[in-house]
Amino acid sequence: MNAPAPPPAPRPAKPLFPEEPAERHTLSVTVDNEAGVLGRIVGLFSARGYNIESLTVADVSPDHAVSRITIVTTGPRRVIDQIHAQLERLVPVHSVTDLTEAGPHVERELALVKVAGTGEKRVEALRLADIFRARPVDTTTSSFIFEVSGSTSKVDQFIALMREVGLVEVARTGVAAMARGKDPA
Amino acid sequence: MSGRDLTGAEILLEALSDLGVEVIFGYPGGAVLPIYDALHKQRRIRHVLVRHEQGAVHAAEGYARASGKPGVVLVTSGPGATNAVTGITDALMDSIPVVVITGQVATHLIGTDAFQECDTVGITRHCSKHNYLVKETARLAEVVHEAFHIATTGRPGPVVIDLPKDVQVARARYQRPGTIMHRSYRPRIKGDLAAISAAAEMLASAERPILYTGGGIINSGPMASQKLRELAGLTGAPVTSTLMGLGAFPASSPQWLGMLGMHGTYEANMAMNQCDLMVCLGARFDDRVTGRLDGFSPRSAKIHVDIDPSSFNKTVRVDLAIEGDVGHVLDDLVKVWKSRGLRPSVSEEWWNRIRGWRAVRCLAYEQKGPEIEPQHAIARLREAVAHLDPIITTEVGQHQMWAAQHFPFEKPNRWLTSGGLGTMGYGLPAAIGAQVAFPNKLVIDIAGEASILMNIQEMSTAVQYRLPVKVFVLNNEYMGMVRQWQDLTYEGRHAESYTAALPDFVTLAEAFGWKGIRIDTEDQLDAGIAEMLAHPGPVFVDCRVKKHANCFPMIPSGAAHSEMILSQADVSGELDASAEALV
Repeated sequence: MNAPAPPPAPRPAKPLFPEEPAERHTLSVTVDNEAGVLGRIVGLFSARGYNIESLTVADVSPDHAVSRITIVTTGPRRVIDQIHAQLERLVPVHSVTDLTEAGPHVERELALVKVAGTGEKRVEALRLADIFRARPVDTTTSSFIFEVSGSTSKVDQFIALMREVGLVEVARTGVAAMARGKDPA
Repeated sequence: MSGRDLTGAEILLEALSDLGVEVIFGYPGGAVLPIYDALHKQRRIRHVLVRHEQGAVHAAEGYARASGKPGVVLVTSGPGATNAVTGITDALMDSIPVVVITGQVATHLIGTDAFQECDTVGITRHCSKHNYLVKETARLAEVVHEAFHIATTGRPGPVVIDLPKDVQVARARYQRPGTIMHRSYRPRIKGDLAAISAAAEMLASAERPILYTGGGIINSGPMASQKLRELAGLTGAPVTSTLMGLGAFPASSPQWLGMLGMHGTYEANMAMNQCDLMVCLGARFDDRVTGRLDGFSPRSAKIHVDIDPSSFNKTVRVDLAIEGDVGHVLDDLVKVWKSRGLRPSVSEEWWNRIRGWRAVRCLAYEQKGPEIEPQHAIARLREAVAHLDPIITTEVGQHQMWAAQHFPFEKPNRWLTSGGLGTMGYGLPAAIGAQVAFPNKLVIDIAGEASILMNIQEMSTAVQYRLPVKVFVLNNEYMGMVRQWQDLTYEGRHAESYTAALPDFVTLAEAFGWKGIRIDTEDQLDAGIAEMLAHPGPVFVDCRVKKHANCFPMIPSGAAHSEMILSQADVSGELDASAEALV
């Protein structure tokens, strides 16, 4: 048999698309509000190794038939496109909008931030909260819970500052997002 | 019209009957007793009692793949459902339309760890195309009809309906639902005409085109195969196919290059590597097809036709993606080609190159002496049965690849194999399903002695329903493909790949009520095959083949199409760790 020379040794495994940097994308997904739908979406992300930075879900229609899920994810453009296509493949998914791709949009999240301390630290915490328009929603003589809302980076920054004045714990909602202008996404 | 007042079990059967279901593959148990009782009282739907729930799903897959109709499975809760999971996953990976009805404990018991309870919808959520837990009998008819719609349209796949026992017993009105218009599920059938026109122009100007076809052509139906033949005729392009697409294009055509991929032909893989235009029709650039991605057809433009847009750019970047049913897209492509009066520009030089690759005769083997070469066994089998237009199923392993290489097909729906999941134990139940669909056709499971033992219990099913399936085992006493990889990547350390203590298959066959035939040497081969064909009932042939034969050609793990190993002589040493990890 006229066989060619033996093949060269296989090259080491490389990442699939090494040239592409990771991007952060916010996806808005409307789904049938039925049992298991969140499991389908979260399972899709874990099964295919996609990242979830945050995920929020609540029903948004008067008859409770449709829920809106906002997912913040990171990955190379190719992976983001795959996520989009894979989400659209799920039977109860009505629509998937990549808000980051679609244009200007607003993103907001809310955090509850518990801070404990007395004296100067307590005063400083209040002063900083005022600058961030964070509102105390619970007060004891030695602690506050602040409610702060805004972009992810603003919330991050507020939490970072609170670390220095006695941060105890944080609860965040994750991002809710919507396209700017009069039209739905 | 108000419909009739029926139990959930009766509604299920009414709905199935309205959907044209003639046969169910199943296994009873506590949580489906009401359905079995309802089945017992009617005569429209046949039930085929399998011996293991995995077998039920594979049988339904075989039925679906051979007939083009959806397969239906009925199993009980708990272990019934979990046993079905392998089959459900298999159907998902190979896009086979199957509807699996699982019993569930009564709704008030769900979540209490009741006897034979499992979270079936949770377990099958990611291995089914869609699934349902039906909590109200009044919703059941709609769910069943919707489930069939989802299983059979778009990219086909398995749909699971989990049915609690109390829902089977409660009563509701059954009324045949009208056309299903799902709220969100709307697969696209027709391709974009502008994109199709662009594809036609690209095809007409390509000098070195290739048509790379897949299981989507089979799923789309006979029209797609017809249109593929027409397009190949018009464009003069060579045609290759994935494992799943074999039969869509006639292997006797001079344009046929054979299967591509890891164990594909040299000419198919080289043509994929060096083409200037690749038209992917209903295939998905699976890793077994592409080999190393950065070496995959580096200089070609690529067109991808698929009904599932998530397949676009998943692993291979394409230049033109057309979303739609490949049969419809092919139809439009042929129409555009004709109406524009396009002429192919395939160069003579391209076919000369292909002739050069063919001259390597990559599938050649030498049969000498009494020991049977496995390829020879398949070739002799093919020779004996080709005129009977048989349906061939396989298990998974070397025998599967040899069958794909050495058993050419002329028509679609004749080749049933587990491609994506690679499920050993698929072939016998799939053959049973195909034989149920076509009682008078010759159905042969080309098997390995290791795979066949994984669902050997289904021999009993074949006897019960008088299904004359034939099992043709290439027995080399090894898990041959495992051993082959150990030869290639682990310096021949055969860890656990030798099957000691194999049963005497002839006696085993006889114990089940089959005819058993053993073939030891080449001179017994043709007579053994003839004896198998002459027997009207099920036959198990234990064909002893060369023990250490390996399946070539082969693209080793982590290599490109142009780096094929053509024979054992090319095999060298151990793979490095990173290539080893690729599998």
